[in-house]
Amino acid sequence: MLRLLKSGYFTSIQDGGRFGYLNKGVPVSGYMDSFSATKINLLLENEADAALIEITMTGPTIEFDAPTYICLGGAEMSVTLNNSPIQHFKIYKIEKGDILSYGKLQNGFRNFLAIKGGIRTAMVMASRSQYFPVTDKNRLKDRSEVPYDAVTTFKPKLTEIKVDSFLDETILEVSQGPEFELLNDHQLEELFFKDFKVAKENNRMAYQLADTIEGHKISMLTSATLPGTVQLTPSGKLLILMKDGQTTGGYPRILQLSDKAISILSQKKYGDTVSFKLFKL
Amino acid sequence: MSSYSLSIRPYGVHAVLVEWPKIVDEAILEDILRFKAHLKGSCLDMLQWEIVPSYNSITLVHRETPIAFSDFKKNIESWYTEEFETNPRQKYLWRLPVCYDLDFGIDLQEVSEKLNKSMDEVIALHTSVPYTVYGIGFLPGFMYLGGLPKALEVPRRSDPRLHVQKGSVGLAGKQTGVYPQESPGGWNIIGNCSVPMFDSKSETPSFVNVGDKVQFYAIERAAYNLHKIEGEVGIYKLEKIKLDA
Repeated sequence: MLRLLKSGYFTSIQDGGRFGYLNKGVPVSGYMDSFSATKINLLLENEADAALIEITMTGPTIEFDAPTYICLGGAEMSVTLNNSPIQHFKIYKIEKGDILSYGKLQNGFRNFLAIKGGIRTAMVMASRSQYFPVTDKNRLKDRSEVPYDAVTTFKPKLTEIKVDSFLDETILEVSQGPEFELLNDHQLEELFFKDFKVAKENNRMAYQLADTIEGHKISMLTSATLPGTVQLTPSGKLLILMKDGQTTGGYPRILQLSDKAISILSQKKYGDTVSFKLFKL
Repeated sequence: MSSYSLSIRPYGVHAVLVEWPKIVDEAILEDILRFKAHLKGSCLDMLQWEIVPSYNSITLVHRETPIAFSDFKKNIESWYTEEFETNPRQKYLWRLPVCYDLDFGIDLQEVSEKLNKSMDEVIALHTSVPYTVYGIGFLPGFMYLGGLPKALEVPRRSDPRLHVQKGSVGLAGKQTGVYPQESPGGWNIIGNCSVPMFDSKSETPSFVNVGDKVQFYAIERAAYNLHKIEGEVGIYKLEKIKLDA
């Protein structure tokens, strides 16, 4: 197993998600940036959706108590293994007693630590993704212990990959949401010609945007929402639901982010800027 | 054969939204659930699809693959209009115990003043009718209930609370419901339900299904405490009554 000597700002176990319970109000959860997370799982020759550790803004310090292989990806953070700097998207061998230590965040917001064979915590409702109240806790704490199976020999087909970084991309590709047609010309102009700053209120459930557009008086019956759904509140706030987002909602769903756009947004933090670009389904 | 005119639209690349007329109506809910049973039973591979019913819509979500919309739309149309036999899920009326003590019903007094009724009258009205479950969402196990007596309609609080206790039973506009977990919330809290509405360790994490009905009944503090203990050791038995299809 591995032990978190320091947990960091918000560190949690996530896999490909919890499917089959939307009709009970249980969000899909899972890694926020699926683009980065699946890449490092595949490099380790894990299942693409194997459970890994999602690290937000300030990373943890981790001690391993059994041999394995690891790979990092996602946000650029300075990370050391036994005090030597290591690269992203590259496989490293781990020995018992090794210490992995996260330093400064350089670009992006969420980093992922994948382990050969995946994290082996118990499945709860068909997933290992931490989400309260499905799992007891929604994240790892100082001294949390996380199980994995020891691996002593592994000959990876590839030991590293070059990934075109999308961390600097700011354009979110969106399609029309179910209530898109209720928008007026002024709202449309604002939506597609303005830049929007990410508000302080951003987490695994939703990203609020600090800049607003014209509000509305539309009332609708509650209906399903998805990760990547952009809701417009009566006062003109834009809320973008993310992986732990609620499964139904009553605000107009004006836009829907593409999968790639969800990954791009999940690497944004308070004060970063994004804009929307419409594509036709 | 079903006869509503449906609107079928893409909702991102992984989902399709099917909408019935935009009204709250038991006959529409019935038609939605019938069609849902048909989709589940004979049309969709349920290892790949999720179906989310709510009020006047169902949303079909595919786990992974982008949906080829125009072909899929034609399929939905023919599935909806073809003759089909369904065995919709057995529906239940769930009897849910609520303790309306003022320790729990922190807004009960204010609500009774606003509605110009005694607290006992508010409780009697709230427990007088079964409510229809039109949707489950917002939080795991949260029910959207329809059928609140007009006399209990009271606006949501102008100042939402940061922490509403788990199990809290609230009133807001035309709605009533139970908070399945501690959460922020703006509803007027009139009591607390002693039965957990969501438990991930249970075989059925949320026992209620859309289309079921729930009726609240008042219990004393002692019974509430007993239910809580029974719940913790897993011997509490919920009261449910089969409803005719």
